[in-house]
Amino acid sequence: MADTVQTWSPGLAGTRSGSRARGRLRLLLRRRSSIAFLMCLPLILIIASLVVYPALYSIYLSMLNRAQTRFIGLGNFRFLLSRDVFLMVVEQSAIFAISAVLFKALIGLITAHLINNLPAKGQRKWRGMLLVPWVIPLALSSLGWWWLFDPTHSAFNWIVTGLGFNEVPWLSAPGWARFSVILVNVWFGAPFFLIMYLAALKSVPEQLYEAAAIDGANAWQKFRHITLPMMRNIIAITVLFSLIVTFANFDIVQIMTGGGPRNTTHVFATYAFMLGIRSGDLPLGAATSLFMFPILAVAAVFILRGVRKRGREIG
Amino acid sequence: MTHSASPRVRPTRRNVLKAAALGSAATFAAPYVRSSYAAGTLTMGCWDHWVPGANNTLTALCNEWGAKNHVEVKIDYITSQGEKDKLTAAAEAQAGTGHDIMSHRDWNIRIHGEVLEPLNDVADALIKQYGLISPVSEYLAKIKGVWRGIPTTVGSQIKPCCSRFDLYQQHAGLDVRDLFPADESKWDKAKTDSWNWDTYLTTAEKLYKAGYPVGLPMGQSSDSVDWVGALFNAYGVVMVDGKDNIKINSDETRSALEYLKKLMAVNPKEVYAWDDAGNNRWLISGKGSGIMNPPSAWAVAKKDNPKVAENCWTHPMPRGPRGRFVGQLPQFYGLWSFSKNKSAAKDLLLYISQKPAVGRLVAASVGYDLPSFKTMYDFDTWKTVEPPVGTVYAYPPRGDEQTSIAGAPARSEVGAQIYNQAINTVMVSKFTQGNEKLDDVIKWAENELEGTLRA
Repeated sequence: MADTVQTWSPGLAGTRSGSRARGRLRLLLRRRSSIAFLMCLPLILIIASLVVYPALYSIYLSMLNRAQTRFIGLGNFRFLLSRDVFLMVVEQSAIFAISAVLFKALIGLITAHLINNLPAKGQRKWRGMLLVPWVIPLALSSLGWWWLFDPTHSAFNWIVTGLGFNEVPWLSAPGWARFSVILVNVWFGAPFFLIMYLAALKSVPEQLYEAAAIDGANAWQKFRHITLPMMRNIIAITVLFSLIVTFANFDIVQIMTGGGPRNTTHVFATYAFMLGIRSGDLPLGAATSLFMFPILAVAAVFILRGVRKRGREIG
Repeated sequence: MTHSASPRVRPTRRNVLKAAALGSAATFAAPYVRSSYAAGTLTMGCWDHWVPGANNTLTALCNEWGAKNHVEVKIDYITSQGEKDKLTAAAEAQAGTGHDIMSHRDWNIRIHGEVLEPLNDVADALIKQYGLISPVSEYLAKIKGVWRGIPTTVGSQIKPCCSRFDLYQQHAGLDVRDLFPADESKWDKAKTDSWNWDTYLTTAEKLYKAGYPVGLPMGQSSDSVDWVGALFNAYGVVMVDGKDNIKINSDETRSALEYLKKLMAVNPKEVYAWDDAGNNRWLISGKGSGIMNPPSAWAVAKKDNPKVAENCWTHPMPRGPRGRFVGQLPQFYGLWSFSKNKSAAKDLLLYISQKPAVGRLVAASVGYDLPSFKTMYDFDTWKTVEPPVGTVYAYPPRGDEQTSIAGAPARSEVGAQIYNQAINTVMVSKFTQGNEKLDDVIKWAENELEGTLRA
């Protein structure tokens, strides 16, 4: 009897529960999702502190009065919508972002095709050279462009007048100033599209083109019915990313025109800087910078939903 | 041990009030007491001077004070390129931590007024010593009767005419050195009065025809806003008065804009895209005959194009129907309310604002830095720097020249919006470059000014 009665000492019970806990931990660590989460944790913490917190704080800030002493709800947004200059900024930002992204996508697509059709030996050189604009810090390259467009001593105008034409008011006339800032943005952003599209082109199975060639498809038909459908997801994602980044652009406009002449090149970020930092109305500046947030968020949801749907179809 | 018998006072309402009143009076009447000995370290965020070596003089002054008072002074020089100094100040104000003393340009005292320590004791002591302070400095730093900033010498400036006297003489038949010789006692009122905006236009037209136009920026940065602000004042234009009344729709505005239409026609077309360096480059290149700027363009020309520098003469602005005005852009030292060394900081501010210290700072900046006290406009630096001797003598406002700032006399919260959104130069650009109708421009300005009243 005696050997059938077992009395557990507290020490033994502790050991048993300890080993059970260790077992659970081992089980948890064996799960791939747990490991993935733990490995992502530092990044999640960085994003939470440097992106999520400032974003939430700026939303909070945009709902305060100028002195940041009173909550005014959507008062800042209502005020902005009643100002002519702000409505002009909305229009300009849309023109700036949409036209720049359109040209970047178009140039990226064309150059990606050209490079893809080059012999493999020469491709690397071209890829490297065409990536240069994207690698140079934007503030530095914008300054370089500003020198080329300099209102008084423009290098471009030196060539233009040398050829016998009149000087072009690159930065002093509203139309030309808008053109100039869009041009620089396209110059800077097109390599991003190029590299993404080139990667997408490389992933299209060669057999599809061979089958199409046997069926007698010409180059346009191959592009229209094979390349484009296979690239749809990457096009959607690059356009979305670029649209978000271009809408938030600051450096190019601030360095080249400062929003002038007559406020005609201001975009959300530069206008927010003028209101928030230069004029000292941080809540109004925050409201300006957040203005596009809901529109871009909705666009992102739709685009990413489309990407997921197509991904499932392919899968 | 004996105790003196003091009569017990009953705490009645009247007695309490009396004691409180005496206490308040004592607080206000108490002299400023130096007590920096308790301080260990003092940190300063200062504007980074563009004149090579000028920062060293400020550092030396602060170290001298530090050595006397056993305080270690640490200075960070922060550039104003890309408004980095303003960004730093905004971040410190928001975070409630940072330097003890921060230098603030133009409207920043107003912007951060709520987190800046009252400095009436320092300001009052300086006013007692050196007389009245510039009205522009007072407008920008004294908020509801409380000084929230002390005007600096470093970086403070005004923007009078800087003209090429050789070109004026050759192509416009006017000797600006004769109008404004480097000795105020020799100024002839009849001659100085003849230097008005009409004369300015006539000479500008002649210089334009000769191929050496004046270069007056019409962008949205401070050089543009300041000279247009001075011209508006000379014509009596008020955008918003001190009681929030929008006054831009006036005959004075129409006269000023009509005048500007003629004046901008004889400026280079690119002035609408100029930043604060545009006019400097214009003068230094040798293409321009005159700008409105502190002597920085002349100082750079000494190095980059000495022939131009030798022919530059800084002199007062033209006179208008309501007087002679020049744009002033002072800087200030502000003491954050979260500073832990307020007493030491106040003592240091008092030290670097003394006339001998100011004289050294002015000399180090080759006359660019301008104190806010008229009694300090007699430093030798402005008489002696060259070439040519006397070239910046009239840089400090002399004669009938009054300092002004665009946005005044509106309450300073409103003025800050008017100035920083460059409403005056956008108006002028719309009318002169955009060829919009005068009434439409004024209507646009009224709408914008209405928006600034929200402040």
